[in-house]
Amino acid sequence: MSNKKFSKQHEWVSVEGDVATIGITKHAAEMLGDIVFVELPEKGKNVEKEGQAGVVESTKAASDVYTPISGEVVESNQSIVDDPSKINSDPENEGWFFKLKIKNKSEIDTLMNEEEYNKFAKESNN
Amino acid sequence: METQKTALYNYHESLGAKFMPFAGYEMPVQYPYGIIEEHKITRSNAGLFDVSHMGQLLIEGNEDLAIELEKIIPTDLKTIKLNQSKYSFLTNEDGGIYDDLIVTKVKKGFSIILNAACKNNDFKIIKTALGNKFMITLHKNLSLIALQGPKSSEILEKNINGVLSLKFMNGNKFTYKDQDIYITRSGYTGEDGFEISIPNNLVEDFAKKLITQGVKPIGLGARDTLRLEAGLCLYGHDINESTTPIEANLKWAISKRRRKEGGFVGYSKIKSDMNGQLTRLRVGVKPEGKIIAREGVKIFSKDDQEIGSITSGTFGPSVNSPIAMGYVKYNFSKPNTKIILEVRGKKYGAKIYELPFYKKSYAR
Repeated sequence: MSNKKFSKQHEWVSVEGDVATIGITKHAAEMLGDIVFVELPEKGKNVEKEGQAGVVESTKAASDVYTPISGEVVESNQSIVDDPSKINSDPENEGWFFKLKIKNKSEIDTLMNEEEYNKFAKESNN
Repeated sequence: METQKTALYNYHESLGAKFMPFAGYEMPVQYPYGIIEEHKITRSNAGLFDVSHMGQLLIEGNEDLAIELEKIIPTDLKTIKLNQSKYSFLTNEDGGIYDDLIVTKVKKGFSIILNAACKNNDFKIIKTALGNKFMITLHKNLSLIALQGPKSSEILEKNINGVLSLKFMNGNKFTYKDQDIYITRSGYTGEDGFEISIPNNLVEDFAKKLITQGVKPIGLGARDTLRLEAGLCLYGHDINESTTPIEANLKWAISKRRRKEGGFVGYSKIKSDMNGQLTRLRVGVKPEGKIIAREGVKIFSKDDQEIGSITSGTFGPSVNSPIAMGYVKYNFSKPNTKIILEVRGKKYGAKIYELPFYKKSYAR
């Protein structure tokens, strides 16, 4: 069982100490289709829970990426900017988007666990 | 209006298609292997597209009909040969485009393939122009599938004897399971290929046969990336009622005689576009880097003057870079002119690119 948490906007969060790693879920990557462009938040930027924190584009359309928790961006994943197909091939590991210095740990408790998310994704199918 | 389904809907579903509503139809946008893979299969092998949502119109008549149709379609219909196809338009009074179409001379008269979103309106326009002199049928019992890609001719020949001898933009009647089908060598992907008009009751059987022989089903997603790489227009985006064929850089589609003689709806505007200074022109746009410029993105000159906007844009899998089309002021339309695109409030460099982005290499 992973210790990842999931949001209704189809992002995952993995927490290590004060730092959270965030990406989009496998389900989201599948729904988006082949990703060909990604825009990430700059280091030092403060992002608010459920606020826009990036953009992904497939051949079909552009979609906003939101952050499931608030914090300051400490790193973003340049390797997915150079090769966006990594988001499709390995969305929940190599295809991570950015890392945050967590502002408010209690926000994490509002997110879903893996089982809850899988059920949510299956039901919403969006 | 209720969403319609093509005769192949259930078959698409069984192949794992994802659907989206398009021009009033539930159409397959992609299959499990995805748009980029589907695109590459079409460029290297053979792909099957369901384009049954498009209108298949038959107008019955002889020389009189050609004379009447030339008044609304600016191509040579008086001299077109039997089974020959032409890319053309229905033009409006202002020289704009009601629809782009493929017209083919058939034994009974003319067969015209129309865009799905426009077909009912086109029917009215044609009916109004022709009156009751000619029988006009918008077929409901025919499907249309496109087989596209370098392997399509050898695969189709195995099933339908004689298609190999068809020349590009020519067609003929063939038989499949004792029923008439009509095949033209044409398409909208920049590849060699065929469009097959076939009765609804046979289309699934025929599609299955091609798929079991190694052809892959391709969705509308890849159809869009393929046509954009080939520099082809999508009606309602790159051309519409307010763009003239001249502004759209489609002058080649109006034959020499028609350009000179006119005699069709909207000719005065089209003539002045040809003889005077054009204000804008449809061009290819190649962004620097990976940024994708989609419909509506504004185009600026290097000195920050707004000069136009993007009408379609995506990622081109065969050229492995973003590609786009749009209209710019005529003075900025020369290939390699540096321009600026504004995407989500940020400015990105790009250049005018001579279409098409992808040129077929006919080497075998």
